[in-house]
Amino acid sequence: MEKTSKSAKFYLALVFIVLYTPILYLIFYSFNSGGSMNSFESFTWEHYAAVFSDTRLIMILINTVIVALLSALIATIIGVFGSIGIVFMRNKSLRRSILSLNNVLIVSPDVVIGASFLILFTAIGVKLGFASVLISHIAFSIPIVVLMVLPKLQEMNSTLIDAAADLGATKRDILTRVIIPFIKPGIFAGFFMALTYSLDDFAVTFFVTGNGFSTLSVEIYSMARTGITLTINALSGIVFIVTLLLVVGYYFVSQRGKNPVGMGVRK
Amino acid sequence: MQTKTTKAFYLIPYYVWIVLFVVAPIALIAYYSFFDLSGNFTLDNYLNFFTSVYLKLTLSSFWYAFLITFFTLLIAYPTAYLLTKTRHKQLWLLLIIIPSWINLLLKTYAFIGIFGLYGPVNAFLNVFGFGETQILFTDFSFVFVAVYIFIPFMILPIFNSLDKLNPSLIDASRDLGASSWTTFSKVILPLTINGVKAGIQAVFIPSLSLFMITRLIAGNKVITLGTAIEQQFLVTQNWGMGSTIAVFLIIFMVIIMIITGQRDKGATSNGKNK
Repeated sequence: MEKTSKSAKFYLALVFIVLYTPILYLIFYSFNSGGSMNSFESFTWEHYAAVFSDTRLIMILINTVIVALLSALIATIIGVFGSIGIVFMRNKSLRRSILSLNNVLIVSPDVVIGASFLILFTAIGVKLGFASVLISHIAFSIPIVVLMVLPKLQEMNSTLIDAAADLGATKRDILTRVIIPFIKPGIFAGFFMALTYSLDDFAVTFFVTGNGFSTLSVEIYSMARTGITLTINALSGIVFIVTLLLVVGYYFVSQRGKNPVGMGVRK
Repeated sequence: MQTKTTKAFYLIPYYVWIVLFVVAPIALIAYYSFFDLSGNFTLDNYLNFFTSVYLKLTLSSFWYAFLITFFTLLIAYPTAYLLTKTRHKQLWLLLIIIPSWINLLLKTYAFIGIFGLYGPVNAFLNVFGFGETQILFTDFSFVFVAVYIFIPFMILPIFNSLDKLNPSLIDASRDLGASSWTTFSKVILPLTINGVKAGIQAVFIPSLSLFMITRLIAGNKVITLGTAIEQQFLVTQNWGMGSTIAVFLIIFMVIIMIITGQRDKGATSNGKNK
């Protein structure tokens, strides 16, 4: 027993080390006064100063966050109602085909999504830029939300709804007081997964972004192709701190929200 | 009656989304694959695809995707399993997910430094007398970085299905005298296979389209189907040929979906019976 848990801890530690090394490596060299990621000369803030004095870069950072938050929010709303609709669908074959359609964008390669959206936007005349990027991010986030929410809905005992209905709850009450609280962890998970996908997306955005609008991924891609700039390192330091704050915030919110509902799941 | 209409109203955005962003794009891709550069209807793109260049491309693309998926699964399953055993598992899971929040491009960029000729990996190899090795711009670096990027996306679905697993089933298996391996292969794995399949879906198909990593890490030496599509759409501006490659990618995708598809009935009844 003792032995397995020790090797287990070692294995987990190793995975964590590998996962975090590149990120910490980037941040470490963001304080390097030398121009490369190879030898650390002396400590400096100059690369951070460079980021904050670069208004274009700041705008791109803000754009990225706005697109992520907005697309995750809209995708969550559409996705939650979509999955409720799927669960209560009586026609089984229809439900199965809707589910397959739902999964298409998840398993589709990013490049295919990007290329097909590019064709779509060109065909219906959406100008490439903020709108096309936002719409694309909403579109590829919806199925992720559905996939996160659906298992929670299926887990829910249908007698719960019957009981609520028998006790005189309206459909609206059932939705807001029974279903939504029960699937809340799934909704949170869906929202944050959508956020992750949006912040992380490069390929789709790269296709639909046009000339005037850029997100962090697209910008870093063009910067990285020209070689190593420690401005990118400083940027990654900022992104990491913001991410950490978001995650800690999310953790406390979800912990607080969990207590009344989570108690039901005895583990 | 009023409730019925509101219910339908809630669902409209979702159905609009399906028609506009799932069905229409595929139809458009299929439509464009029949046109050449000057907009004439043609089957040449399809004939082109079956030349040795594109077939080789497809095979190598699949081989890399297989390697990436295999190594990701190999690392992710034990990780997910051990995570479910930790005391603050949600917190640990969150820590696994944090790196996936850091922008994909930043992580890839980090490896340019790490694997570089004067980077830490080479310094480490030097200590052991291996001498400087070209790690960047090789198949190894491509697979390594791709696995690194995909690990959280494999861990998450597996963790979720392991977490849902009723622990009394494992206790029962142990009580009935099953060894750890039997318990794993006969109880744990079959009941979490949907998580594994979801993970494979989430890793294998995107692996076919990693054009950014091929450009930055593999130095254009690895060309995937994704790279080819990007090339046709954004560089050569040959939307027809790009669409044709995309059509084949979609076909492959459907085949993979069928293979890793979750058989609805078996899966849900398993879950319900617990």
